[in-house]
Formats: sequence, structure tokens, C-alpha cells
Amino acid sequence: MNLSPLGLTAAKVPAAVPARRADVSASELLAACRAAADQGARLVALWATDDRDLGRGFRLCTLLADADGLLLLQHRLPNDEARYPDLAGIFPAANRMQRAAFDLTGVASDADDRRPWLWLASWPIDQFPLRRDFAASPKWEPGQEEYAFVRVEGDGVHEIPVGPVHAGIIEPGHFRFQVVGEKVLRLEERLGYVHKGIEKRFEALSLAEGYRLAGRVSGDSTVAYAWAYAEAVEAIAGIAVPPRAAWLRALALERERIANHLGDLGYLGNDGGFAFGLSQFSRLKEDLLRANLAAFGHRMLMDFVRPGGVSCDVDPTALRALADQSLALEREIRTVRGIYDEHAGLQDRFRTCGRVTPELAARLGLAGMAGRASGRAHDLRCDHPVPPYDQLGVGKVVREEGDVAARVAVRFDELAESLRLVRAIVDRAPDADLTGDVQLPLPAHPAQRLGLGFVEGWRGPVLVALESGPEGSIRRCHPHDVSWSNWPVLEHAVIGNIVPDFPLINKSFNLSYSGHDL
Amino acid sequence: MLTILKKIATIGIRTEPAPAPADAEGVSRLHESILRTLGRALTIRQVDAGSCNGCELEIHALGNPYYNLEGLGIRFVASPRHADMLLVTGPVSKHMAVALQRTYDATPEPKLVVAVGDCGCTGGIFGESYASLGRVANVIPVDVTVPGCPPSPTALLRGILAAVTARGVSEALPAPRA
Repeated sequence: MNLSPLGLTAAKVPAAVPARRADVSASELLAACRAAADQGARLVALWATDDRDLGRGFRLCTLLADADGLLLLQHRLPNDEARYPDLAGIFPAANRMQRAAFDLTGVASDADDRRPWLWLASWPIDQFPLRRDFAASPKWEPGQEEYAFVRVEGDGVHEIPVGPVHAGIIEPGHFRFQVVGEKVLRLEERLGYVHKGIEKRFEALSLAEGYRLAGRVSGDSTVAYAWAYAEAVEAIAGIAVPPRAAWLRALALERERIANHLGDLGYLGNDGGFAFGLSQFSRLKEDLLRANLAAFGHRMLMDFVRPGGVSCDVDPTALRALADQSLALEREIRTVRGIYDEHAGLQDRFRTCGRVTPELAARLGLAGMAGRASGRAHDLRCDHPVPPYDQLGVGKVVREEGDVAARVAVRFDELAESLRLVRAIVDRAPDADLTGDVQLPLPAHPAQRLGLGFVEGWRGPVLVALESGPEGSIRRCHPHDVSWSNWPVLEHAVIGNIVPDFPLINKSFNLSYSGHDL
Repeated sequence: MLTILKKIATIGIRTEPAPAPADAEGVSRLHESILRTLGRALTIRQVDAGSCNGCELEIHALGNPYYNLEGLGIRFVASPRHADMLLVTGPVSKHMAVALQRTYDATPEPKLVVAVGDCGCTGGIFGESYASLGRVANVIPVDVTVPGCPPSPTALLRGILAAVTARGVSEALPAPRA
């Protein structure tokens, strides 16, 4: 984006994708966000950091993205009395990020909405975990929070509270429906139940070992998180991974995408009343996971990607088996897709259900896979391809309808593309170099360096913003899931739909609780 | 419809024999024992008390045609009041502690509890902190632990079967109605 009219200069930030940063005052922050939004930029993440130990107060970080890459706006606040401007009027998704930033660091915006977001009464409300002088007390007992839900009044309106423990095998979160008859007037989410202190935990780990925690921010995206984390470490250390390691990372990432899309397509069929779909897709997913175990030594590929490369090479026979499996899967999926497409009952549930129009998606900042089903044509593998995607030429999948059917179609098309990519990677991956190493040692690097990692996971882009401390420690790590952007849109997607369609709509987004609650 | 039937016929039955429970009691005997004493399936309520959702994915896999959990007479239910067993993943976040305790209180006897995953067993990489209470046993009594990150479906199945045999469900429950 062009910031020159604002008189701002941006410096380059080490990252695998193009990234810059600028220090801004409060008015410049607001002006830059407005200008960026007008130029079509999106809010990726917002977080705060305690720099008082360096005599620099607090720092609010706002990360934007557009066709040019990432732009990090850093705004300094002298103390916790200072307020920064509310950005939710420009980027609606900023609302919850600002509230979370307050819960964790005590730095507030000037917004009217001051309700907590990640705080659910488990620690004193005037204690802020991400402050450097924070000390947890064993005496703190989990408490009960009175959250100010918005209520709808009127004849026949009633309220359905759901969760945090849901009826299925799902992560915990609370949903408050306001309904008339069975039509949803309003949905309000209350998340934060699986907040387990991930950002604070990072600060007790070294840069070299943090990838294991990153890979457990959201288990279904372990490859994407570990890769984003590795990218950030490598940016700080200034190293490039061995070519073969980069290709193996892409192989793992595409297989993670395939596994999740297969799982979702099965459950979407099931939630539409078509159990046949679940049997077929859950079988195919199991085949995929078993092949993962044989090739990578782990069904879900945890801890495979690590800073400097990957944890082990994959032998050529196992690679060939993965390519052969892709061909077999393509055939099977084509048949089942035909069945899904021609099944009147299923299509009746899918079409026009949970619709997010491209206009609404643009206004609210819907991102990732769900965004691509609503005309938001962003995919990091195509927009800012890192090796090996620059040589693979990923086909971007975009639909305009924005309903459950579109999110199903995007999954089917991405599945086909990822299966093709698996075969292409197996065919074209370079041999290991003479040393046979697929992992480089990390050189020593200075403290207080910032590195960014940004990877297109199956759900959407995964960000890791990492700052180094002295002697290879982690000063601050903010992992950010695309679910932050998409959870608020789900509230809009269900408006006007019937309550029994909520599970189907929710599944079609399949957002992460753990990746959001941190 | 024809394509559906054709697909079902070509794929056939993929279910594999279940693994032996950890203490080596035969599955078929166990299966009979569950059915004889409960007169119905063993019912499980799964509770995510703070996991990264990795364990949930493998718990889901138990329902796929290969493991076919329901074929063993075991099924997941929507309410703790209908459950014989809680399958709990962790670490237990402080925010979930009350919900987990209430779920446990709402579960009728025999209240078997299986703690799942490295985090459920020990607190795992998250450990204990201002936001995490660590292992499941720090909050509710646990019968069997199933380590792994995440544990494979086979390991989960073994753990579930071991919990049933360990506590001797057949003795803990009233005789079935005639």
C-alpha cells in the first residue's frame, strides 16, 4: 500500500513474504489504517507488547496485508493510562483483538466496548499476564464472569444458550442465540474457554524449541503453525533452509490441507443428513493419515517442520507411495463428489444456507478458505509464493455464492489441487545435497529482532510474529489464527437461518477455538 | 442412488479387529460383559477441557469404518447424564475447570474417566500456569490415562477398554432388568 501521502516511511522486516514496518503516532495509526482500508488492505492481526523493561512503555502492533505484502504499524504508548484509537470502525474484526490485547497487557483502546474477551474470571481483572512483572498466584480460584450479552427484546423472542461444553466432539465455546420460532435473529459468541496461556508459555522457551508449542496452538493446523514459526525464526537468524526441506514442508502442508478438507466434507455430508458421506470421507482420511505415519512417522505430522528445515528426510519409496495414493484418492473423490452434487436432499441443505455475500465478506474482513467462498481471492501460496510454491504454480480457488454449498465446493476444488500438488512435489522435489542434511543449525543471532512467519494453512493464513530475547530466548511470540477474522462473520452468516442449520453453517467455517483463545 | 449402492458394494466392510485392552482381557469377552451388564452400549461423553484439538481429531477417527467404535457397542452421547464414561482431553484450562467439574458431577455412576493425550495425562507442553491447571487428574478423579500427542485411535480404544475392565463395570452396576 502507498503510505507516502501520509509522510510515513517504512523499513523492511525480515520475513519470507514481503513485509515492512513503520512507527506511527496515534493519529498516523488511524490515518494509515483508513488509507490502507481504502486501498483494499486487510487487517491480519493486532496485539500489544510490554516494553517497559526497555524504558519504552507499551507497543501496539497492527498488521495489515495487501497485494504488496505485510505492513506492521507500531504505536508506542508511554504507560497503561494512554489510549490508542479504536480501529474497529475501519476493521470490524479489530474489536475482539483490542479487547484481548487489554485482557493480556492492560493496554486499552478508546472504544466504548470495554467488555473482556479472553478473560473469564480465572485471574484478577487488574492483573495482566503478558506484563513482564506478572506473577501468577496459586491462590487464584476460577471464578464466574457476568458477561454483558446483547439482548433482543420483543414478542416471542427467546434465548438459547449453548456451551461451553457442546453436544458433539467439539472444542468448547459459548453461543447465545436470540430466536423467534426457529429463526435466528441474532447470535453472539463468547469465546476464551480454552485460553491456556500460550503466549506467556512461549516466553519460557528458547527460539529453537518454540516450534513444538507453535505446532500445538491449533492441532488441526500443526504444519502451518510450525512452518510459520520456523519462517519467523529463520527470518531472525537470516538463514534459508535446504531446498529439499522446503519441498518436504510443502508436501506436509498440502497433506494437512487434504486431511482437514476430507474430514470436513464428511462431517458436512453428515450434518446434512447424509451419513454415507461421513463413512466415505472418514475412510479416505484414515487412509491418508496411515500413509502419513508410514512416510513421516506421525499421523498428523506434528513436529515435522522445525526451524532450519524438517526433522527427517522422507525416503523415495515412501514418497512414491504418497503420489500413488493421490491418484487413487482423486478417483474416489470424483465419484463421491458426483454423488454429493446430485443428491437433492443434501444440495437443498447446502444451497443458500449460511450465506455471506462478497460485499459483507469484504466489509467484515472474511479471510482464508471461507473468504475464498465469498469472492475474497487471497491465497498466500499464489499471492506471495515462497519456495517451492513459486515453482509449483498453485491454482487459486474462488467462488462468489458465499453459502455452505460454496464452502463445500471450495474444499472439493482445493482438495483436487492439493492432490495434484502432492504428485508434483514427489515428481520434482530436489534430491538432498551432498551432506544429506534437511535441517540447518541455527546461528547465534542478536536479541530484540523481529521476524514474521506467514503461511497459508488449510483454514487460511497463519501468522507468527516473533521477537528474540537475549541468548536465543523468546522475548515475545504472537501466533495469530485466521479464526480471529472469521468468528465474528459467523455471527452474521447465521442471521435469518433456522437454528437446526447452525451446526451445518458452523461446520462449513470450521473455525479454531484453541487457535483463537491461545 | 445406484452410484451410492455401487460405491458401498465396491468398498465393502473395512472394519479391523479391535486391539486387546491394555490388561490383555479379550475384547469379545469384554464386549459381552458390557452388553450383559449394561444391557446397552457403553456410552461416552467427550469433554475438551482445553486441548489444542489434535486429540479431538483422533477421537473422531474412532468412528471411521476402520475402527468402527459403535460396532464394539461403544458410542458417544450428547449429555453427561447419558454417559458411563468421560473422555477428557486437556490441559484443563482454568476457564474450563468449572464446566469440567459440573460435567463430572452430572455423570451417573460408574463415572469412568479416561484422560487423553500427553496434556490430559501430565499437562504436556502447556504445563501449569496462570491459565492452565495441567493434567485432568488435578481437577477430577481419573481411572486411566492414554498418553500420546495425540494418541492414535488404537491407543484410545485400548485405553477405553482398559478403563472398563480396570474398574470392573460388571460389578459396579446393578443387574440388568429382565
